Amino acid sequence: MSKIEVAQPPRLAVRNISKRFQAVQANDRIGFEVAPGQIHALLGENGAGKSTIVKIIYGILQPDEGEILWNGRLVRIDSPRAARALGIGMVFQHFSLFEAMTVAENIALGLNQSGGMKALSRRIAELSASYGLALDPDRDIHTLSVGERQRVEIVRCLLQDPRLLIMDEPTSVLTPQETRQLFETLRRLAAEGCSILYISHKLYELQELCQHATILRGGRVVGSCDPAKESAQSMAQLMIGGVPATASRQRNEAVGAPRLVVSGLNLPADQPFGVTLKDVGFTLAAGEILGIAGVSGNGQDELMAALSGERLLPDASRIQFDGQPVGKLDFEQRRAQGLYAVPEKRDGCTAVLGMSLAANTLLSARGGMALSKHGLLRKSKAMAFARRIIDAYGVKADGPQAAAGTLSGGNLQKFVVGRDILQNPKALIIAQPTWGVDAGAAAAIHQALFDLARRGAGIVVISQDLDELLALSDRLMVIHLGRLTPPMPTSDVSAEAIGLLMGGAADAKGQTHAA
Amino acid sequence: MRLEIEPRRSVSPVLFYATPLLAVVLTVASGYVLFLALGLDPSRTLYHFLVAPLLTGFGLAELCLKAGPLVLIATGLALGFRANVWNIGAEGQLIAGAICSGGVALAFWNESGWWILPLMTLAGALGGMAYAAIPAFLKTRFDVNEILSSLMLTYIATLILSILVFGPWRDPDGLNFPESRLFSESAQLPLLIEGTRLHPGILVALGAALLAWILSARTMTGFRLDVSGQAPEAARFAGFSRNHTIWMTLLAGGGLAGLAGCFEIAGPIGQLLPQISPGYGFTAIIVAFLGRLHPLGIIAAGFLVALSYNGGEIAQVQDQLPAAAVGVFQGMLLFYLLACDFLSRFHIRLRRAPASAEKRS
Repeated sequence: MSKIEVAQPPRLAVRNISKRFQAVQANDRIGFEVAPGQIHALLGENGAGKSTIVKIIYGILQPDEGEILWNGRLVRIDSPRAARALGIGMVFQHFSLFEAMTVAENIALGLNQSGGMKALSRRIAELSASYGLALDPDRDIHTLSVGERQRVEIVRCLLQDPRLLIMDEPTSVLTPQETRQLFETLRRLAAEGCSILYISHKLYELQELCQHATILRGGRVVGSCDPAKESAQSMAQLMIGGVPATASRQRNEAVGAPRLVVSGLNLPADQPFGVTLKDVGFTLAAGEILGIAGVSGNGQDELMAALSGERLLPDASRIQFDGQPVGKLDFEQRRAQGLYAVPEKRDGCTAVLGMSLAANTLLSARGGMALSKHGLLRKSKAMAFARRIIDAYGVKADGPQAAAGTLSGGNLQKFVVGRDILQNPKALIIAQPTWGVDAGAAAAIHQALFDLARRGAGIVVISQDLDELLALSDRLMVIHLGRLTPPMPTSDVSAEAIGLLMGGAADAKGQTHAA
Repeated sequence: MRLEIEPRRSVSPVLFYATPLLAVVLTVASGYVLFLALGLDPSRTLYHFLVAPLLTGFGLAELCLKAGPLVLIATGLALGFRANVWNIGAEGQLIAGAICSGGVALAFWNESGWWILPLMTLAGALGGMAYAAIPAFLKTRFDVNEILSSLMLTYIATLILSILVFGPWRDPDGLNFPESRLFSESAQLPLLIEGTRLHPGILVALGAALLAWILSARTMTGFRLDVSGQAPEAARFAGFSRNHTIWMTLLAGGGLAGLAGCFEIAGPIGQLLPQISPGYGFTAIIVAFLGRLHPLGIIAAGFLVALSYNGGEIAQVQDQLPAAAVGVFQGMLLFYLLACDFLSRFHIRLRRAPASAEKRS
């Protein structure tokens, strides 16, 4: 131990932390140190153990082995409350805010201390102003954009005067402009001495923001580095443990005949705080991949519901498929026409976790693959089809009889996407095709989509991941507050321009962006 | 110290099938202590409770008579429970079925013919279905909770039956007792075994359970019910209409309950009375869950529950066992079954409280 370390121990040190979930060793003797005022990255693919280790640090999980040192002293963090008492704050990927309450009310709920609402509102306003996080304490949450909601979560942490702030994939829901704003805030916090543990798998972000990175793979620390001094390539190799796979494709120059025509689609929100679709229209051609970008919560779910058949339209002709109105058909009836949809939610929507993969084929392939006859199940055919999906897409599973819940997120996604692609749909609507999926599986899914398009299918990809959309689509549209921009050829647009549109620049005087 | 409940990594198949046996053993042991404390001869009482009903042909027939409606109703309810459709009103549907088939029997009370019984059976099933259609309609049209509507309709059915047997359907020669006429020979079920009260209802119940087994294991309908129960969104993704599932399961449950009602009045009772069921419709809910919603499990559970009821009666008569003690014994059986079932899937751990961050300065 050097003298300097004795003078100032690391803010946080984790040593030999191990955690096991049933068959999975999520963390295997993980150790790293975060210095005061350091922005420290935890880099790794999905399933590398990042979430587990931060949940242990934040007291949500208890480690099986290992120790945590806080300012050089051994501590035991047995609840988030204990973590907060130490000075650890965490901003989760999924926010826990009550839509119908104001910013100040939501923050008051999370605080341990009591005190007047007026005083609290004043503190929120001061704090948010001093960190450049514009926020009105009296606004209702449901009127806020996702970026603003994230600010509420950050301010909630800052009110506790944290000495370590954990940010879990904070930019996955932000526009490029909002991301830049967030980075400024984080740098100011760090300059004031607050350590930041930043979780991400986006390499260029780390290079811009972080001073140190710990790289995890398969539950172990496989390296640590200064991201600014490493190439993205070398970090990616450490993270993936090999050369990253990429999907390749020759873009279609000639656009085929129109497949799916949506016109004048207006659909009121079907639940409180939902988004109303306003005058949505586009034409999807055969062989084309059409991307829809947008910050989450701007009508993507509602659009998916309308296109897939989850919600039926009052006027069937608003969605025409190969010249036929399909707006009143449900999921299965649309599949019978050749129009397939894969919503974003795997758990309990596109897959039933408690059932075998063979049984899961029956959800969307019983018509396309003739898996039932006269109402009777053809189990051996379903088994064979499940095996075909597993083989074709390299799904890691214990055969067709394995329960869907035993697969990792990436493998289940490959299975779910493969199940529909192998039926050769004429058009496919897919949301977040690689959400929570590791790089290898993502490349496999992208390749499958490219191949499907080459065979003449039209594909709509709805995603929050702008990089993915830029790589996949021929044309791009942006959805904001339930409105779609006209499609733009992907080759002509910049990420910057799309980011502005995601923030609402196309609307009159971009009120969301004013902040 | 802190108690934690964790799911077991895997459920051993031996444990899975041994739990009902273990539960019976534990019940017997606790019953022994209970009966001893009541100043009875525990072995004798247990013998009357659990063994005596099985020793005579008449006892076995009575067992089947009691198990029949339980199995029949539970089979129908389990279809709905698997799909998250909570029909709690089978008792009311049973009464509705009894009223309809009883109406047929009374309409033709002085006629005879082979067609009367089939007509009664049909009327019973349709009556139960019609009565279950009310919660189905309310649920699909107005999203009314079927648990509440089906349960409350049970009380209405009971009162309608009372109106009928106290009023228009009262036996004109019955000395003003609230009872209908006795059904004619043609309106009563034949006996399976002479000298007992056993009628073909038990065969229908077993047949229904068998059909339900094939339905759940082999057909798209069975798959549909499982998906609807385990993942409603996946059911929508698969194109299974929720309303269709609600109608289908409520009508099936109501139809089988109505059939059970018909068999009760055309079998052992032979007329309409203000009370025609000792709560079969409610007990069947327990039977369905004891049988793990599986048709074969339901048959076993139906017989076990029937045994505890018949044995309870014998023990009351033979050993002057208080009725409350019978209830306690039956309750213990259910308790141990559920507890063993739970412990076969979860285990409880005692953890020492960690020396926590509270000691911090």
